[in-house]
Amino acid sequence: MLSAVLAWVLALCAVTAGVLVFRFDSMARATFALLASLLCVAGEVLLLGLQYLGVVIVLMMTIEMAVMAVFMIMFMMNPAGLMPMAMLHNTRAAAALCAALFALLATGVLTADWPRATGRPPADPTFELGMSLMGPQILTMMTLGTALFATIVATVVLATRRGRYDRWGDDLRAARPDDPARGGVGR
Amino acid sequence: MTLSLLMLLAAALFCTGLFGVLTQQSVVMLMMGLELMIGAVILAAAAAWRHLAPANADGQVVVILAVTAMALEMAVGFAVVTALFRTGEKDLTDQAAELRG
Repeated sequence: MLSAVLAWVLALCAVTAGVLVFRFDSMARATFALLASLLCVAGEVLLLGLQYLGVVIVLMMTIEMAVMAVFMIMFMMNPAGLMPMAMLHNTRAAAALCAALFALLATGVLTADWPRATGRPPADPTFELGMSLMGPQILTMMTLGTALFATIVATVVLATRRGRYDRWGDDLRAARPDDPARGGVGR
Repeated sequence: MTLSLLMLLAAALFCTGLFGVLTQQSVVMLMMGLELMIGAVILAAAAAWRHLAPANADGQVVVILAVTAMALEMAVGFAVVTALFRTGEKDLTDQAAELRG
């Protein structure tokens, strides 16, 4: 009973906070609204019996939104509400499209003949997840690992202002580096 | 909550996120919409695990997949925003149109 009430409260909070993300005119406030919405999602995941994944989502979202708040402040369009401006474009068409998509999804959800649950939840879902990731789902795990590594490389490449290809040319064979100012050890 | 209600909740979050992605001018705000959409995927996967196949861990693997996608999206997204801003002081989606076909 209590968990059912809690699930409803979390569901309402998740949607309300999600809508508020795009209603606030301050990007810092929007970040915290998004954090609230995602924490409500994590709460629903916890209520569904996935303790480990729920806690992972809580921790990840909190750190992620803290990082995001820094970027928000860096790229804020309306700092401290001093420059009121519209952050939206093409609102009407987007609202119509999203309403139509929601109607489509809701029709699918409500009319689908959902299969009945097979089996019962294991005593320790986290153990099952670990065994699955290290067993039949090892390919998923390896793909995720490769994707994470590729992300590290991609972010470093994108964030580097001047790399060795800028200095030594595309084939890295320039006689001397193309630096904006001379300096260093006798160059 | 029943499976249908949880799926409706996920659909609502997904559509809210999509609205943000389509309407926001700031690239960073656009990414917040994407985060909301992936949050909806996480919720739908967890609900499907609990209500359709709890004995099988595949639903949990989808949650792991979505959580990882969220982290990657944010890391690469911020790197792209930083690179865009560095090349031409661009932080709006309409300004970043070099690749428009």
